[in-house]
Parts: sequence; structure tokens; C-alpha cells
Amino acid sequence: MDVKDIIKPENLVYKKSSILTDKVMHYCPGCSHGVVHKLVAEVIEEMNIQEQTIAVSPVGCSVLAYNYLSVDWHEAAHGRAPAVATAIKRLMPEKYVFTYQGDGDLASIGTAEIIHACNRGEKIVVIFINNGIYGMTGGQMAPTTLEGMATSTSPYGRDVKMAGHPLKITELIAQLPGTEYVTRQAVHTPAAVRKCKKAILKAFQNVGQNNGTQFIEVVSTCSSGWKLNPVKSNEWMVENMFPYYPLGDLKG
Amino acid sequence: MAEYRLMKGNEVIAEAAIRCGCDGYFGYPITPQSEIMETLMLRKPWEETGMVVLQAESEVAAINMVYGGAGCGKKVMTSSSSPGISLKQEGLTYIAGAELPCLVVNVVRGGPGLGTIQPAQSDYFQAVKGGGHGDYHLIVLAPASVQEMNDFVDEGFDLAFKYRNPVMILTDGVIGQMMEKVKLSEYKPRWTEEEIKKMHGSWATTGKSPDRDYNIITSLELDSGRQEQFNHKLIAKYNTIKENEVRYEAINCDDADYIIVAYGSSSRISQKAVTIAREKGIKVGLLRPITLFPYPTKVIQEMANRVKGFLAVEMSAGQMVEDVRLAVNGKVPVEHYGRLGGMIPTPNEVVAALEEKIIKAK
Repeated sequence: MDVKDIIKPENLVYKKSSILTDKVMHYCPGCSHGVVHKLVAEVIEEMNIQEQTIAVSPVGCSVLAYNYLSVDWHEAAHGRAPAVATAIKRLMPEKYVFTYQGDGDLASIGTAEIIHACNRGEKIVVIFINNGIYGMTGGQMAPTTLEGMATSTSPYGRDVKMAGHPLKITELIAQLPGTEYVTRQAVHTPAAVRKCKKAILKAFQNVGQNNGTQFIEVVSTCSSGWKLNPVKSNEWMVENMFPYYPLGDLKG
Repeated sequence: MAEYRLMKGNEVIAEAAIRCGCDGYFGYPITPQSEIMETLMLRKPWEETGMVVLQAESEVAAINMVYGGAGCGKKVMTSSSSPGISLKQEGLTYIAGAELPCLVVNVVRGGPGLGTIQPAQSDYFQAVKGGGHGDYHLIVLAPASVQEMNDFVDEGFDLAFKYRNPVMILTDGVIGQMMEKVKLSEYKPRWTEEEIKKMHGSWATTGKSPDRDYNIITSLELDSGRQEQFNHKLIAKYNTIKENEVRYEAINCDDADYIIVAYGSSSRISQKAVTIAREKGIKVGLLRPITLFPYPTKVIQEMANRVKGFLAVEMSAGQMVEDVRLAVNGKVPVEHYGRLGGMIPTPNEVVAALEEKIIKAK
């Protein structure tokens, strides 16, 4: 039997989402961004909302996210994505608007913007990638860096007396009446990927009903920043990140 | 039929925004310009024209909301006063870098720092030389009356969309707070989604449609060669603006020996100073730049060939005077007179300064 005999529509078990472009992603091997991009693309395709979707990218590793999903994008300044998204959604209420932000962007420099957008209950989806480190700038300490975790700006490990404790911003967000659905997910196993996709789908469906803010944290790996190979990164995340950032729905 | 009202400069900014079909205002309270958002909230334009009005959590958020709204191809604006405008510089450089249209009103107060809530013209450098990081310019309009506060809102949006560039109305606490008779503009309907798609669909985030590739609003370019090309494109745009959009008013300049250069509230004071000086037999004229970027450089260059001196009158330590000096290029004396910290010069002070600094010094 030739390989061509196998390539038939009825044998198709996986197809790249039509929303994903053909550009080669700049993400490092083992990085969670690629998987989350794929899930968002699949949800947009399945809901058939490509024309209605406006995405807002952050500053951080995913600053170039606009190269990979074929929807209209607005690249925001560092931390300001929720403010940018607020205006887009208010001016075009029929659109699906989502921000895609890392932990430095959302939980450090953009704390005011995310808290207030969520508090106003802006009808947007927020995808929050938490890998506990600044990846793009070369592995500096993030607001979510774990206690004792070594980074280039905490080379002897995060000293909480000096730098404060890792910020559980998702727990803060869940307190706000403006948020409807707040969940913490991961994409380190096939089961986790499926659960994460379900969460993203739910968030987009909810926001289509014009309910409150939908907030999805994805606890993620950064092999380069953590200086671990992709497999070890996943193991390290399960052992160290999950106890501090437990997975599951916080609200809704 | 034309509608006339007695209004504050700040109030008429709000009224003009509604009437010119503005889609969104995003602001944060700060003295002496809070009446702009207060007037909008009282008027409830979302019920009348569908205009969005939102009080943001900070000036930083407000300008980034403007950034988002401008990316949609909508007519959006913000307003603030000096300390708040400093906070908006980040957003403004992104908006300039992404080549988006928007309107920003700066009702200037004295600084630096918290300074004073009284009027000043000490944000000239920030407004016309860039303000934020990177090589860029705003188009800067300087109203000298409540009527011009009204007129420049619509005109500002026109310029912003014509050049896809942020426009600033640079005014101050005098013009913002004073009341004058104003002829209000006719209502213009807001653009429909279809109109926006037709006019701005090639670049705006109106939603990817089958007939076009997806749009990206960004100011990021990691390739140095392409960034340099983009910088040259911006320079070319600013040169076109300098060529086509210079606006000024010349009063009693034709036979003048001396020229007072002043914009905004200082030009109103200087106009009276011209009258007083002429009564004393001094042939003086007033050049009032209406656009501060682009600056009426050529007019000053031409005047420098036939007058004996220039006095720049501004409520600052001497900012616009540098642009007068650049234009005059040493041909005749150029001096500055200004009051600071919220103090406003009297016409007699201006005449005295002209006599001492220019006429007697000669």
C-alpha cells in the first residue's frame, strides 16, 4: 500500500486550523504559546467568527501573535491591551474581542488596566499566559515568578522580602463582580489541551452572549527562560507551578 | 438656522464633538478641563448619536482606549491637562507610529510637576517637537477663542483622517474656562460601519472580510532597514503637512516695523497690546500661528526681510521663541516675553516689553 492510498478525507484525523497562517512561529521548542494559539484559532474557526473577531496582542513573547492568526489585530503597548480592547468592544459591540497577554504584561505593568477592565465587566475574552518569567527580554523576574526561583534579575532566587510574593492575579480577578468566567488551565498533556480548548470555547461563547469579562489563565512553560528542556519544563511546572497556581475554574 | 450660545471653551469642545459625529470620548478628570467630560456625561450623547463616552481609570488607559478606537477607523478623542498629557505620551507615540487618526485636547496648566491649575503655555515643546519617544509629530492647532475651540474639533478630525496622524488642540486654562458667544456647528451624522469599511477598511480593524487580507495595527518593525524606510515615510508625510496645512493670522503686519508673535490666549492679549502700541505711534503687527506644527516658518522668514524685530509673547519660559529664532535666522533681533506659573501678562506689560527688549535695545 502506498502512502497516497492513506491520504483520503475519511482518514483525516487532524487538520491545521484555517485561521492559523503558514508563517513559521518564532516560539522556542516546548513553549506553550504555540498550543494556545492553535486552540484559539480552532475555536474561532469552529464558531465561524473570523470576520467578527478583533484580537489585541501584548508586548512580550506574543507581541508577534498577529503573524499567526488570520484575524484583524491591534498590537497594544506593554500592559495596555485591556484598555485597547475596551474601546474596540464598546465601539463595535457586535465583535468578538480578545486580548492575549503574558504575566509581565498583564500582572505587572498592566495591572491597573486589567483590574479596571474586569471590574467594568468589559465584554471581552482575556487569555493570560503565565510562565513566571519575562521570556522575550531574556528571562527576568516576573510578578508571578515563584519564591526561590532563579531568573536573570533574581539570580539567587526570588527573595520575597525584597521582591514581594508571586502575584495570584487570577484570584484577584475572580473577586470582581464584572467577571463572569475565570479559570486556570494548562496545556502540558493531551487531556489538559482538550480541557483548555473547552474553556476557551466557553469563554468565546459566553462573550457572544454579551456577558461579563471572560478570563482564562494558562499556566505555561518557558523552556528557554527556565533553562530546562521541554519535557523537564513540563515536569517542573507540574511540581512547582501547579501547587501555587492550582488548575480549575475559579468562577463561572 | 445657525445656533448661537454663550459657552465655556471646555463645554464647547464636548458639544462640537457630539455634533461632528465623534464616535468615542475617553477621559480622566483633571483641572482645568474636567468640564469636557462633565458636559458629555450630562448630554448623554450615547442616547442621541450613539457616541461612546467612558471615564477611564487613568490618562494612560484613556489614551490607549483612543488607540484602540482609532484602530477601528472611528473618530475618537481624549482630553486632559498638562500632567495628564505627560501620561498620554506613551499612547501618542504608539498612535503616531501606527499612523492612526485621533484628536487630543490639552488644556494647559503651569508646571513642571503638579505645578498649578492656572493657565500656562509651557507645553509647547512637548506638543510640537514630539513629546513621546521616537521621531514623530502631532499636528497642533492653537485656538484663540471659544469659537475656534468649537471649529477645531471638526477640523482636527478632518486633518487627523486626511493624514492618519494624531492631532492636538493645544489650548490653556484661559480659553478652556472663559465664556464667549459661539456659533455651534451643524450636526453631522456618525459614519456607519459600511462607510468606515469603505473609507478605512484597507487598514482598520473592522473585521477580516473575504475580500481582503487581515489588518494589523502595529508600530513594531524589527527589521532596521524597514524601520528606517518607515521613518522616511513619516518624514515625507510631515513635509507634506508643512507644505499644505500651515495656518496663521496676520493682523496689522503689512506696514509693521515690529512683529509680536503669539498664539492662543497670549495672542488675544497681544492683539490689545498692538492697539495700545499703535496709539503710541509704534508700528507693530501681530502674527498669530494657528497651526503650531506645521509652524508658519516661511511667513516669519519673509517678514524678517522687512521688519526691525520680533517679540514672542507666550506664557512660558521661552519655548515658541526658539521657532521664531530658527525662522529669522539672525537677521533681526528676536526676544521673548512671558509670565509663568499661571500668571497672565497684561497688554501694557507686553507693550513695555516690546519697547525695552526690542525698540530701546536697538
